[in-house]
Amino acid sequence: MVDLLSVTDLTVGFATENGTARVLDHVSFAMRPGEIMGLVGESGCGKTTLARAILGVLPNNAAIASGSISFAQTDLLGRDTAAIRGRDITFIPQDPFGSFSPLFSVGDQIGELMRWKSPDRAPGDTGYTRTRRRADAARIQAALAAVQLPDIERLLRKYPHELSGGQRQRVMVAMALLPEPKLVIADEPTTALDVTIQAQILKLLRQLATERGASVLFTTHDLGTAWEICDRVTVMYAGQEAETAPVADFFARPRHPYTAALLDSLPTQGAALLGIPGDVPSPFAPPPGCRFHPRCPRATDLCRASHNETAEPAPGHFVRCHHPNEWPIQDGGPAS
Amino acid sequence: MSLLDITGLNRHFPIRNVWGRRTGWLRALDGVSLSIAKGEILGIVGESGCGKSTLGKTISGIHPPSSGSVRFEGHEIATLSPSAGRAVRRNLQYCYQDPGASLDPRWKIGTSLEEPLIVHTDMSRADRQARVHETLRAVNLPERHLDLYPHEISGGQQRRVGLARILMLRPSLIILDEPTSGLDVSVQAVVLNLLLELRARFDLTYLFISHDLSVVRLFSQRIAVMYLGRVVELGPTEQVFAAPAHPYTKSLLSAVPIIGGRRIVDSFALEGEPPSPGAIPTGCRFRTRCPHATPLCASEDPPDRPLTDGRLVACHHADSIA
Repeated sequence: MVDLLSVTDLTVGFATENGTARVLDHVSFAMRPGEIMGLVGESGCGKTTLARAILGVLPNNAAIASGSISFAQTDLLGRDTAAIRGRDITFIPQDPFGSFSPLFSVGDQIGELMRWKSPDRAPGDTGYTRTRRRADAARIQAALAAVQLPDIERLLRKYPHELSGGQRQRVMVAMALLPEPKLVIADEPTTALDVTIQAQILKLLRQLATERGASVLFTTHDLGTAWEICDRVTVMYAGQEAETAPVADFFARPRHPYTAALLDSLPTQGAALLGIPGDVPSPFAPPPGCRFHPRCPRATDLCRASHNETAEPAPGHFVRCHHPNEWPIQDGGPAS
Repeated sequence: MSLLDITGLNRHFPIRNVWGRRTGWLRALDGVSLSIAKGEILGIVGESGCGKSTLGKTISGIHPPSSGSVRFEGHEIATLSPSAGRAVRRNLQYCYQDPGASLDPRWKIGTSLEEPLIVHTDMSRADRQARVHETLRAVNLPERHLDLYPHEISGGQQRRVGLARILMLRPSLIILDEPTSGLDVSVQAVVLNLLLELRARFDLTYLFISHDLSVVRLFSQRIAVMYLGRVVELGPTEQVFAAPAHPYTKSLLSAVPIIGGRRIVDSFALEGEPPSPGAIPTGCRFRTRCPHATPLCASEDPPDRPLTDGRLVACHHADSIA
């Protein structure tokens, strides 16, 4: 199958007073149409920067040093992506409140979105005819009903502060799907929500994306959420992708020591709680060789000296490590 | 004997309209009763707005209660004057989400750690220094940190200093308010292990407030599940997790992702959001979202009913819906 999105060798640096912080370092990954891909990692690993690079909304001090991003067979870098952004690629933010204008009603804001990003709008069309308006109004009703919001007429007249966090995030999900995008980028969309509301939003997102054939790139720091919604998972560490695998394989047979250590840090019944000693390396002066070696229990001279390339030890399972876990393991327990 | 006894604790905030006229009451705590035994870890769980932080703040005297009693080490502390309360509360410390953020940026860490001893005790200078050193070692920080300022150490180390400061007066009860929220899992594990270590070493009792059910399950011996200002289920952690009796506990637990288990996105059923604590439904407060609600639930607020295993459940139908 042809990839919907492929990121190759992407390197992004941020110019700061203290020098250049290399936040993404030769990142490569690909997404197929219709899949939900999880991008997990701890704070500062570069997952949000990657999402923003794909959208073409990096901050001004960021510079793409190398690499390419291709979406539906077109190169996204070095061209104006305004026509694609919000239409073929949409975005669900972590904090929906910060993404609404407090001064306009919810209905006004969805209407404005549809005026410019409706699937009916021809490129270059600046008017908004009555036919289009009517078709869009019906679409908005259907989309809000699909995210299970009650009393839609009243809701459209309300202002963002009158909605609860869960309702705002539902509206965001509806808005992200209204332009009938091929790809939805969801950046920690449930982090600010309670578990019961999180479960509802995840359920909706999964249902709607599947029904409409949209792919979802889902960034999260919560491995449990990634397990719930993703088909495949990529874990990032210090600006590099460490491991990519189908979701069941990722959690049952992690190959990268970092993935294994993250899973051991989860509070699980009947197991000792192990953290990861040490700190995430600074993006200004990353360690030579493997990024994870200062904290890795299995680090050798090879890891300290030489850069590791991504290998594919099992079909569809990619890992960037000199000494990955081997599965299945003969002696019983995991080797880590 | 229990260390802390709370009976019928209420904390009601007035809701005022734009002219300052009271139009109703927000019942943040509505008849909370529970007790904590010495050395125990009691977890308080619930969604945002359920009153779990208000509970912690009311116990520690940050909010005065509207009514009800808080007995700590045998003394009634809910009705004490602020100055009398201060003496009692030496033994009762409140730990904010990030204890490191409350350090004074202009004070050296040694000064920050010594201050509570100067304010609350008449220890000699040498004794104070000895205790500062001992406590700093307990949170695994080197002694040279005493001469540094907060900005010179990492966020994780600041958090340890904050914890050390809370421990300076050797409290018996610490209220931990979301101590791990916002942390990455690898750091969270380190913080939780440190808290367990400190508890063993200083003989501490924890009231552990968290919205993260898997952390609470691992960490506490008993848990209290709160919904809209009331404890709806209270019992030993393992029993509550293994066989939740209240319909709300059931739905809350079923919303927690279990890696390798059944995906909740395929099975989760609870709909809607909690009503506003300013407009709590009549009768049982969960009935508007409860799949088992009957006319009885609308007319009568269920009392705390003991189950055969010693758990307390506030539900009319706890026996029939298991």
